[in-house]
Amino acid sequence: MNSLIPLFIIIPLATAFVIPIIGKLTSSFAKIITPAILLILCYFSISFLLSSNQESYIVGGWQAINDIPIGIYLVLDGFSKLILCIISILGFLVSIYAITYIKEYTSKNNFYALFCLMVAGMNGVVLSGDIFNLFVFLEISVIASYALVAFGVGKKELEASFKYQVLGNIASFLILFSVALLYWQTKTLNIADISNILKTHDSTAFLTFTQILLITGFGLKAAIIPFHAWLPDAHSSAPSPVSAMLSGVLIKAIGVYVIIRLFFNMFVFTYDIAVTITVLGALSMIIGALLAINQKDIKRLLAYSSISQIGYIIIGFGIGMMILSKGGKQSIAVLAIAGSLFHMINHSVFKGLLFLGAGAVEYRTNTRDMGQLGGLSENMPITSTTTLGASMAISGIPPFNGFFSKLIIIIAAVQANLYVLAALAVIVSIITLVYFLKYQKSVFYGENRNFKKVKEVPFAMSFSMIILAILCLGLSLIAIPSVREIVLDQAVNSLIDMDKYINLVIQH
Amino acid sequence: MMVYILSFILFLVGLYGIITRRNLIKIVISLSIMEFSIFILLVLIGYIDGGIAPIITDQVINPTYVDPLPQAMVLTAIVIGLATTAMLMAIAIRLYRKYGTFDIREIKNLKG
Repeated sequence: MNSLIPLFIIIPLATAFVIPIIGKLTSSFAKIITPAILLILCYFSISFLLSSNQESYIVGGWQAINDIPIGIYLVLDGFSKLILCIISILGFLVSIYAITYIKEYTSKNNFYALFCLMVAGMNGVVLSGDIFNLFVFLEISVIASYALVAFGVGKKELEASFKYQVLGNIASFLILFSVALLYWQTKTLNIADISNILKTHDSTAFLTFTQILLITGFGLKAAIIPFHAWLPDAHSSAPSPVSAMLSGVLIKAIGVYVIIRLFFNMFVFTYDIAVTITVLGALSMIIGALLAINQKDIKRLLAYSSISQIGYIIIGFGIGMMILSKGGKQSIAVLAIAGSLFHMINHSVFKGLLFLGAGAVEYRTNTRDMGQLGGLSENMPITSTTTLGASMAISGIPPFNGFFSKLIIIIAAVQANLYVLAALAVIVSIITLVYFLKYQKSVFYGENRNFKKVKEVPFAMSFSMIILAILCLGLSLIAIPSVREIVLDQAVNSLIDMDKYINLVIQH
Repeated sequence: MMVYILSFILFLVGLYGIITRRNLIKIVISLSIMEFSIFILLVLIGYIDGGIAPIITDQVINPTYVDPLPQAMVLTAIVIGLATTAMLMAIAIRLYRKYGTFDIREIKNLKG
């Protein structure tokens, strides 16, 4: 089992390099190999999730000297297992969808190569136990995503990509800056080792400065509200399968995941930092939803709604951090964190589905303008039904999965006596319902003026959408305690118990 | 201490450039300035006064070596920086072909 961990990085990385070479000889190589490798990774990650063993892998076999780790470690704990699962499942479905969608573009091989590179980078970020190595993998995945956003090479795509790159580069510099500061203070780069050293330190102004830099840097990558300016452009201009990957997985794997990992497993967080994170989450939740109401472009509306839903995920973790740092009841913190993780899974499923549905509409009608669309439900029944399911899930209507995860977060907020936060979460959920009703009405219902002859999308595209719609319903089962134990409890435990992560790397 | 402050000032110069310049190429140059200020900081962190390059030989007795790890990190980061700058320049040139200008005030299709 031990040797399987690096395969998550090696397989997609090798495929990314092989595709441009072999793809020149046989044109269908790329579109067969990409879903195939992602299916293999799906199998591995699900079997990891169901098994209970957590372990670390030392790259190059550099054993620790005097319990001080010197090599690069790949760490597979509960939290990374969960995110690996999300990445490979959504990646598999999106790559199948892309087979037909990408036909209208040129240089398809490059698309698949970049796609594999992005997956490899994200898997690397999730597995890496070394903070500089994490930065390197992060750059691999974001450089691939810069290129994928500009893949259409139209005026809008290029502009969006440039904007994304400027802000993304600033974020990378801030992250590198904070890595440098952390190394200056602790003289090590291993996350577990840093955490061991910081435990004995008092909280200093230097450390707080580093934490703020890290929140800013990864906040820019995760598009939390004051740093969100690039997201609506980038996510709406990219080809739809890529938008689904960016919104569904990338902002979580390289933004939210890293913030949570570093603050739960590396720093000893203070109450102030917990409040800061919660306030940022609440702000993005509210402002993202308010900005989404007035959008005319369907993919832009979905992009703003991503910001709002990321806010939900962040406040869940924020509540957990606030309780843990004050030494409150651990059961409430567990509830909040579990709700957040649940919402993280759900959001990648329904936001992926919504973007794929928007892509299907654009594929057949060549427009994203709500003013021109309308009444497509008769012509495109599968797209219409699946998108309706996803809309209900995201606005929190039972029995869809979004309802349960939001409910858990709200219950945790009430139990922690944060009534304002709970009220805000309910109100934002209602606003979400409002703009998704508008979305449904102006795209799938109402009068069909311009597109009376459009047909349903081909099978490869509808297949992915149907599977995701089934997942939207099926994931509600995680709300049942016995299922939750299998899926979420490992991840929650590895976040709450700091020593567990350290012991995984430094075996005494 | 002075050198650390100078590298921070260089960082701020780059940030100022990104915010105020209107030309795409100048924005890319400002980003590079910002990037290299961090590289300088990284090298400074590994520097020890009077230290020599960490190559183990028999000639020097009781040597003081500088920390080699930040140097390795800077080399990696420079390679990454090459990739990001190349990507930025490629997009900037494509933008020039579409719009016929490098001025960001004329390139604003996306709003709201």
